[in-house]
Amino acid sequence: MAAEKQLRPSWITIRPRGLNFSYKLDRRVPLVALGIIAFTLVVLVVSINYGQYNMSVGDVVQTLLGLNRDHPDYRNFTLVVHTFRLPRIVLAFLVGMALAVSGTIMQGITRNALADPYLLGVSSGAGLAAVALIVWLKDVPAYVLPWAAFAGALITAVAIYALAWKGEGSSPIRLILVGIALEAVLASVTTIMLLFGQINDVQQAYVWLTGSVYGRNWEHVYAIGGWLLVFLPAAILMARQLNTLGLGDATAKGLGLRIEWQRGLLLIISVALAAAAVAVAGTIGFVGLVAPHVTRRLVGPSHEGLVPISALFGGALLVLADLIGRWVIAPSELPIGIVTAMIGAPYFMYLLYRSRNR
Amino acid sequence: MTAQTQTVTPSSRILGSRSLLLPGLFVCLLLLIGCLLWSITLGAADIDSTVVYESLFHYDTTNFDHLIIQTVRLPRVLSGMIVGASLAVSGAIMQGLTRNPLADSGILGINSGAAFAVVLAVFLLGTPSLSTYAVFGFIGAAVAAVIVYTLGSMGRGGATPLKLTLAGVILSAFLSSFTTAILIGDQETLDKIRFWTAGSLAGREMPLLLQTAPYMIAGIVGALLISRQLTTISLGEDIAKGLGQSTGWVKGIAALLVVLLSGGAVALAGPIGFVGLVIPHVVRFIVGVDYRWILPYSAVLGAILITVADVGARVVIRPQELPVGVMMAFVGAPFFIWLARWKVKR
Repeated sequence: MAAEKQLRPSWITIRPRGLNFSYKLDRRVPLVALGIIAFTLVVLVVSINYGQYNMSVGDVVQTLLGLNRDHPDYRNFTLVVHTFRLPRIVLAFLVGMALAVSGTIMQGITRNALADPYLLGVSSGAGLAAVALIVWLKDVPAYVLPWAAFAGALITAVAIYALAWKGEGSSPIRLILVGIALEAVLASVTTIMLLFGQINDVQQAYVWLTGSVYGRNWEHVYAIGGWLLVFLPAAILMARQLNTLGLGDATAKGLGLRIEWQRGLLLIISVALAAAAVAVAGTIGFVGLVAPHVTRRLVGPSHEGLVPISALFGGALLVLADLIGRWVIAPSELPIGIVTAMIGAPYFMYLLYRSRNR
Repeated sequence: MTAQTQTVTPSSRILGSRSLLLPGLFVCLLLLIGCLLWSITLGAADIDSTVVYESLFHYDTTNFDHLIIQTVRLPRVLSGMIVGASLAVSGAIMQGLTRNPLADSGILGINSGAAFAVVLAVFLLGTPSLSTYAVFGFIGAAVAAVIVYTLGSMGRGGATPLKLTLAGVILSAFLSSFTTAILIGDQETLDKIRFWTAGSLAGREMPLLLQTAPYMIAGIVGALLISRQLTTISLGEDIAKGLGQSTGWVKGIAALLVVLLSGGAVALAGPIGFVGLVIPHVVRFIVGVDYRWILPYSAVLGAILITVADVGARVVIRPQELPVGVMMAFVGAPFFIWLARWKVKR
């Protein structure tokens, strides 16, 4: 039995004919992917079904697929589904994907288990910009907020990278140390605004800092969707370089990787995804840090499987968190950023317990 | 991926020769005393340094300046110093234990545990006084640390760095989510608590200092006693075991010391970040990897950083003041960035 088990290959290799390219996946990847997708679809339907306006599960599915156009209530159905409920759920999924992939890349590059999408200051930069707008410059129109957050995130990331750059290149450890310092400064400025701002604005700022998808519409979905369309495939294609970088700079160099170039590209992907997510949904924590760890326990440490599966896991987690956040203290709702940790943490503790002897 | 990653090993330390280490520590101590005196002279009313000297050594209860110094300024400066020393030492211990440059005492869930307990207490009891904050803060910190350590040491191999780190991150996120839920839901609690959560030394008086200081002093002394073992364990579990160290014991005691140090600090001054994270790195740049030197230097430099930051916090927007936790980054970050650029070669 045991010998037979060993003979089965533990990898799936995808090698398109005629292309100089191959992709090697852990054998568990397809099953785990199907599991997560099925789970997400179920939660999606339940989530759309849940709310003030009552409709049956069958109606939800039919409306989603556009099969019940002749139903007398179709106009109501499609308003509720497509205008009110679906956008925020889709947005939650996309944001979860972006943060999870971003975190996976960051942990891969720095070889640090504590790294997350915000290691290069994305959250402190975006947070500073957003809190300044909410607490301090109150008469700026609302549509400016995502752009300001996005700009704050990118500027901070570039500043940290530039400060950590020296003649011979960047180094993960210098990035980490400079990141700590610059983030502390920005966070301090943010704290000052939170300390002396009016309490109503401060509360609103807290909600943004926690992360929320309340009241988001298709515009937000398209905004982050565009970024994902470019950078998610890029991340998957570069997964293999992440494996090599994980061996350490010296080894990666020895294996012929142009490390500065590859690391720079990966950092751009990671920061772009994180900044896009933060711009539309605020600084949601936890998912970017934990999704890679959870996924590693599900499909092993190789990044070819890790990147896509962590994306799915992050998306699923946020969709579930959104549903629970709307349900738990209805008719009012808990911001998605809070619920993510409330449900994600116990699950991860369970995983930690189950794999305690490894 | 393992957490056996880079603890920062500087390619060359600033005090290259071992014979410079002891004099260097003395210089730092003198600098600390200087900061202490300087800090006492500054405030809502500036007090002359000769008066400060007299009030310390020939205390005259009828003199108003002496009274201010003895009841307000001295306790505050001493609080800052002990808090800074404790946080820096516990940060150094955690970085050694988890072998992670991003670690500080927050990794054991101490700050989030304390914040959760304090916010919950204010929310339910509505009695904001610094001593209630202290009691709840310490209890919250200790309970969180015990949970994290238990979770992190399940299974074979005990408390490995990765398991400990992950358990800490998870519990911190879990507790913080409830803290935030309360703060978002209840404006009154948010208003009462927001200054405390930034970490502040304002209004810390002698009785509170005397209640919390013993824990922190015990923690510092204990840390110095096991500094040799900490050096060994910071080289990695395998090496420590190979050298014949009983790593389980050392890790347990170190975690206990961190609870005393950071729990005491958070009880006295609220959750203060930065110092515990950054000072150990600075110290490693100066003295290298030997914890027998890292710990005393961390204590002294941590105390200096908070003292200077507190002066800044008090004078920068006089007559109001900023929390010291906020000021610290402004004071420390530029120097730290410069140091990281200069000393980290790889």
